[in-house]
Amino acid sequence: MAEVTQLIHHYLRHNKRFPHVLCPGCGHGIVLGSLVRCVHQLGLSKDEVVLVAGIGCSGRIAVYVDFNTVHTTHGRALTFATGIKMANPKLKVIAVMGDGDALSIGGNHFLHAARRNIGVTALILNNNIYGMTGGQSSSTTAENCYSTTSPYGQQEQSFDIVNLAKAAGAPYVARSTVLHVKLLDRILTTALERPGFNLVEVLTPCHTQFGRKNKFKTNVDMYQWYKKNATPIEALDKLSEAERAKRTPIGIFVEENRPSLEERHAAIKARLTDGAPS
Amino acid sequence: MPTKVKKNQRKEERAIFALGNEAVVEGALLAGCSFFAGYPITPSTEIAEIMAERLPGIPEGVFIQMEDEIASLGAVIGASLAGRKSMTATSGPGFSLMQEHIGYASMTETPLVIVNVMRGGPSTGMPTSPAQGDVQQARWGTHGDHPIIVLSASDVQECLDMTVRAFNLSEKYRSPVILLLDEITAHTREKIHIPDRETYEIFSRIKPTMPPEWFVPYEESMRGVPPMPALGDGYRFHVTGLTHDVNGYPTSRPDEVEKLMQRLFRKIDQFFYDIQIVEETACEDAEVAVIAYGCVARSAHLAVLQAREKGIKAGLLKLKTLFPFPRPAVDRIIRQCRTVIVPELNMGQMSREVKRVNDGHSRIRTLNRIDGQIITPAEILKLLQKA
Repeated sequence: MAEVTQLIHHYLRHNKRFPHVLCPGCGHGIVLGSLVRCVHQLGLSKDEVVLVAGIGCSGRIAVYVDFNTVHTTHGRALTFATGIKMANPKLKVIAVMGDGDALSIGGNHFLHAARRNIGVTALILNNNIYGMTGGQSSSTTAENCYSTTSPYGQQEQSFDIVNLAKAAGAPYVARSTVLHVKLLDRILTTALERPGFNLVEVLTPCHTQFGRKNKFKTNVDMYQWYKKNATPIEALDKLSEAERAKRTPIGIFVEENRPSLEERHAAIKARLTDGAPS
Repeated sequence: MPTKVKKNQRKEERAIFALGNEAVVEGALLAGCSFFAGYPITPSTEIAEIMAERLPGIPEGVFIQMEDEIASLGAVIGASLAGRKSMTATSGPGFSLMQEHIGYASMTETPLVIVNVMRGGPSTGMPTSPAQGDVQQARWGTHGDHPIIVLSASDVQECLDMTVRAFNLSEKYRSPVILLLDEITAHTREKIHIPDRETYEIFSRIKPTMPPEWFVPYEESMRGVPPMPALGDGYRFHVTGLTHDVNGYPTSRPDEVEKLMQRLFRKIDQFFYDIQIVEETACEDAEVAVIAYGCVARSAHLAVLQAREKGIKAGLLKLKTLFPFPRPAVDRIIRQCRTVIVPELNMGQMSREVKRVNDGHSRIRTLNRIDGQIITPAEILKLLQKA
């Protein structure tokens, strides 16, 4: 316990007026905990970490941790992160976004950051809803789910963040839920260590806005649903076709290496200034 | 220090035959700009193109073409927070997309320069025709109350000088600075003089010197402009577009919000005389005057000289700072002259400001063109003769 308290004192902002804005039962705190643990385990200094966040519940978590933190405009966290990383490639840049943030308003930036392979760890906290604005449907709200803007059931097909990132060319794509904390810690640590654009999607429940409109009586029901549905990709093959369609795969989907944008820039610069062969 | 002299590395002090857009790049590099993010849009494209060629060759220089203008300004803000002098260049439609981030930069006091080469509008309008239709957008485009610095230039040498000035003001007052050009100025080719870097006063943001644990990111001070560390300097701070307290944390406490907003306005108001610059031609004994900016100011200059030849006591007040509006200079001209002519390539966006401060002292005549054509000296002269 003492060790945990020490960690909290080291990483949380003592001069920030608490309490935080997150609802009871929200999964965002678990993700923040995991993030702090990974940074701590990797031995990164607080000065070299820049946490860039978008708007919404996920965006607010940046204010509580004692890194360099930037709370940006809705959907544009990755554009700020791109500027920061290109300006100072030594910084460890982490972009924390919600699903509406990263894929609805910021969808274009997401695709291009992945294509560019800019050295940013993109952490998407997917709760399938706009939480802070009051439970409107987002681009990851599943078909037939209810929200304040889909009172008759969502009629649009939803995005699969993993498939989208894969198609856009992200060299590292992984997904976990807040219930699979060990997996989350593992993929987040890998993502933080790797160069280039690394995507980590975390399924996190929003009981306040999503759960109560979609037949989850308590937030525990939501967690249990995650537990039942999230299946490691390794275990997926053993299931029948019909069973597989119902499950949400978790694990590491892509792990490749290609030079990041800032590495390519450095190479050009070296060629221009030293006259090194191209 | 690199010892090899590269082919394109010219002597420091030199004269070149340059495009307005090219002069902007020269000015930016002189001022110490090392980051450019942009999205191509006519008639500003040359700025991005030349930056793409020049920046990778200088130490620390970064050029990146983003997916749109929103992303461009986002990246520029990010780079500025990370300690770089940063800029972007665009034209009307792109400028509209940037508005939310201009507000963000004002609120977070992030220094940066945006060059807007105005084109005919609204909407996609006339991409290769001159206009001055974004004057009020530059002032009031983003939502909410905020101060802003808007400059303009009317010839190629001025493009260089005003870009240096734009960087200096943005760094000095931690504010976004908008440089408004028009298609004529941006695409005119003239001989300009690029002075030695030493002859310019180059200002860079003041960094904190106190130990990190003493640092209060948005502290009240006499100057009103807090020192600004770069991300990663060891001063860990929170940046947010939300109204924030002195520590940078979100607040909606009326006393804290009021204090922040008042300081944002005060830091520009307080240094008004450093920011506003105008240029006068034959104004000492003028009885009629022209107030103009951008390419129109050049036509007005010739018109005033021709009017003087005809014995008309005409003068020209050229605005180089559009906002904060140079009221003292305009006031003096209004009180001195019986008629003031404000020619513009819009329906009266700056004459609106002149009329606002006129208060019945003088007769304000407007001359507006919105057909994508320039206002000629003859047109202005005709009005001067009638005035």
